[in-house]
Amino acid sequence: MSAPVELGAPGLAGVPTADAPQTKKDFTSDQEVRWCPGCGDYAVLAAVQGFLPDLELARENIVFISGIGCSSRFPYYMNTYGMHSIHGRAPTIATGLAAARPDLSVWVITGDGDALSIGGNHLIHALRRNVNLTILLFNNRIYGLTKGQYSPTSEQGKITKSTPMGSLEAPFNPISLALGAEATFVARTIDSDRKHLTSVLSAAAAHRGTSLVEIYQNCNIFNDGAFEILKNRDSRDEVLIRLEHGEPVRFGADGQHGVRRNPATGALEVCDGDDPGLVVHDITADDPTQAFALSRLADPGTLARSPIGIFRQVERPAYGDLMNQQLDDAVTAQGEGDLQDLLRGKDTWTVG
Amino acid sequence: MTVKHVRELDRVVIRFAGDSGDGMQLTGDRFTAEAASFGNDLSTLPNFPAEIRAPAGTLPGVSSFQLHFANYDILTPGDAPDVLVAMNPAALKANLPDVPKGATIIVDTGDFTPRALKKVGWDTNPLEDSTLSAYKVHALDLSGITMEALAPFELSRKDASRSKNMFALGLLSWMYGRSIDGTVRFLQEKFASRETIRDANIAALKAGWNYGETTEEFAVSYEVKPAAMPAGIYRNITGNLALAYGLVAAARQSGLPLFLGSYPITPASDILHELSKHKRFGVRTFQAEDEVAAIGAALGASFGGALGVTTTSGPGVALKGETVGLAVSLELPLVVVDVQRGGPSTGLPTKTEQADLLQVLYGRNGESPVPVVAASSPSDCFDAAIEAARIAVTYRTPVFLLSDGYLANGSEPWAVPDVDALPTINPDFAHELNYDGDGEHAFWPYLRDPETLARPWAIPGTPGLEHRIGGIEKLDGPGTISYDPSNHDRMVRLRQAKVDGIAGIPDLQVDDPSGEARMLVLGWGSTYGPIGAAVRRARKAGHNVAQAHLRHLNPMPANTGDVLKSYDRVLVPEMNLGQLALLLRGKYLVDVVGYNRVRGLPFKAEELAEVIVEEVGSL
Repeated sequence: MSAPVELGAPGLAGVPTADAPQTKKDFTSDQEVRWCPGCGDYAVLAAVQGFLPDLELARENIVFISGIGCSSRFPYYMNTYGMHSIHGRAPTIATGLAAARPDLSVWVITGDGDALSIGGNHLIHALRRNVNLTILLFNNRIYGLTKGQYSPTSEQGKITKSTPMGSLEAPFNPISLALGAEATFVARTIDSDRKHLTSVLSAAAAHRGTSLVEIYQNCNIFNDGAFEILKNRDSRDEVLIRLEHGEPVRFGADGQHGVRRNPATGALEVCDGDDPGLVVHDITADDPTQAFALSRLADPGTLARSPIGIFRQVERPAYGDLMNQQLDDAVTAQGEGDLQDLLRGKDTWTVG
Repeated sequence: MTVKHVRELDRVVIRFAGDSGDGMQLTGDRFTAEAASFGNDLSTLPNFPAEIRAPAGTLPGVSSFQLHFANYDILTPGDAPDVLVAMNPAALKANLPDVPKGATIIVDTGDFTPRALKKVGWDTNPLEDSTLSAYKVHALDLSGITMEALAPFELSRKDASRSKNMFALGLLSWMYGRSIDGTVRFLQEKFASRETIRDANIAALKAGWNYGETTEEFAVSYEVKPAAMPAGIYRNITGNLALAYGLVAAARQSGLPLFLGSYPITPASDILHELSKHKRFGVRTFQAEDEVAAIGAALGASFGGALGVTTTSGPGVALKGETVGLAVSLELPLVVVDVQRGGPSTGLPTKTEQADLLQVLYGRNGESPVPVVAASSPSDCFDAAIEAARIAVTYRTPVFLLSDGYLANGSEPWAVPDVDALPTINPDFAHELNYDGDGEHAFWPYLRDPETLARPWAIPGTPGLEHRIGGIEKLDGPGTISYDPSNHDRMVRLRQAKVDGIAGIPDLQVDDPSGEARMLVLGWGSTYGPIGAAVRRARKAGHNVAQAHLRHLNPMPANTGDVLKSYDRVLVPEMNLGQLALLLRGKYLVDVVGYNRVRGLPFKAEELAEVIVEEVGSL
């Protein structure tokens, strides 16, 4: 994993710092948390409230924007500025806010239905533009708030209320989608692994541009155990690939499995951990090909061989920074605007 | 040289018509600029197909620009052209039905080949049969003469013939005694980097002028003297430009940075184009991935303390509806500009209509009151934009600002306002905790101003006022989530009362010089000009008619009901099937009479005058 977030990291540049040390309590609102008991969202909320003080940012300059869905209640529980908006549109609202206010740390809270179904268009365009946002995508592979229909990340054949004979659709792989949408920071983590979650969130916050963090999150009511093989002590080592920047990609309890490139097809394949051809993970690689190939290792149905960690972290100017630069450049070139001159224009005539 | 006579006229309506690639809009714009700087009052009506380059020489590909200029104050671009300039058979055929007998037709014969005639359904040449016998026809080979004049430039045939619009402009400029100096300067700037094209266009322009001056084809030229207008500095302005300037002015007058989220759509795109030029005014323009993202970004910027604006047309309003509802619930300022066009669906993208009134008022789920302001003329778009921003910022509410295709592209002279005299808008951001009670010292985001009922606008970055808002119903005062039935009832009524109670809306003014009119003609939006011109005609014919015009459609001026009830008859002409009429009947129980046409074009003064006279006569 990358190191914890540094103060003054690019992603937070321009955001005022706090006058005094803060604690988790400072970030906890007075609202009663109303997710179902046992929901994975609690763990993520606790992790975010717990790690935000480490950023040492002025609390009033932090904003959480969400869409609609279970996870989108998140802003109500954060003692920061926040907006619970409408289904799928949080990235649009966050884009306007972040572009207009470079002094804010803007977070988007969304789910698999919110971000990938109704809001799919907005997600890919936010990633493409590289707006300075941190997007937490709570993926539970189900519609929870509407009580259990299949989602765009549900495995094909899923039996739900709306698909009694099984869903017909191939699921999205959110990491592949984000990489295809020119995202500059893409990572995946798991709700139950507090340490990993915090570490990924730190790196995401430190990144300037759009950071997309997919969080595998258990819905214990409508899709309980969706990530069980990745969490269970007995199975997880065999199916979970922990990506480490600069390290060969290995997994298994003793690192007995590895990932190498098939020279004939160019695709990645699982091999022995001591194979001489193991690929070395490089999150800073300009070319997203290998990151994409790693994202494809996961079985779309069972999620076996799911890599977690940071897939990609590259530098590209953030949208708001470019927009503000144009404003500055215009003033430098032509001076500040004079409204009277503008209204008068070039072709006038005088009466009387 | 022949002796040329100069005849004085009060007013002239000229229509330039040609293929959509013939440069008719530019020709019209330039003639307009010359008429404006000469001091005529004027009004223009561009009319073009939605296709960028419809097949050449076909009827659907005809583009036209009508200009009405006069030595007195005029209200419309004119019902029918006194002069039609037709650059090809299609332009002649498409526009002939609008040209009254006795009018002048200047026609370019260069393309009157059997093939071109056949393309528009003419078996014989109308220049050679009796088709045009009722008109004063000047059949000239404009293309040929232009190419001859441009021979020294050794241009391709195609390039040379592209300057024929400048030849036509030169000729018309001579006919009406307009200077071509401004257009020469314009061409010098426009083609500064392409010398040959620049010089060829200037040569064609001058050749057109000289052709009128020296040949015997034209024995008479005309003069339309300047109009008497109030003292001031004037410029010509279109509705979209005035609207864009109004938004920049509103940002300055409120001290808020302007943020425009927009998705390209006809006929609103020019506002996005214009505002994207004004970055040195701190204007941020965001071309979104769709209409929903455009308004979402504007609302996000508003949350952050910007003047958030989104611009669109009817189909875009349909897509933005849910976000407008969110803004109603969040109670944040937002200006939503709807430049209306013909509908439903894609409808008539380049034509005008005012059929979105009910959509902007009621096209959302739930009780979702939104103030509506409608501009009445191209230059009024400036003031209407400032008024929309004033209401949005003062009352923390989305506001619809209605324009339409006619206002957007039409132009008129505008007395440039003194910016120091513009109204100021106070954002009055919250900085302090606002609630004390039960030992609680807190910030309540929904604790309203008792007078305006507006909630405090506390923007991120304000220490101590951290709060959460959202589309779920909020508890009156504290602003926490509330599903309480009586709270919802209260909040629905509070939001309605806030909009109903918007202050600063002037009373509806009635214009009735006779003081004895029994009939009122009431309009809204861009029908102001045609209704005004029609009412003048009716009065001239000896009828007493009162006129009033609504700028605020929601809420309406406080005296609206009283005004309506003081007349025996109220006539409401609209470019829809009676949307304002429905509202007036419902709100005021007045049996208004509608006059409704949805042809994609503004009303003609003559037709409205006939309707008015008929209605008055039946009283």
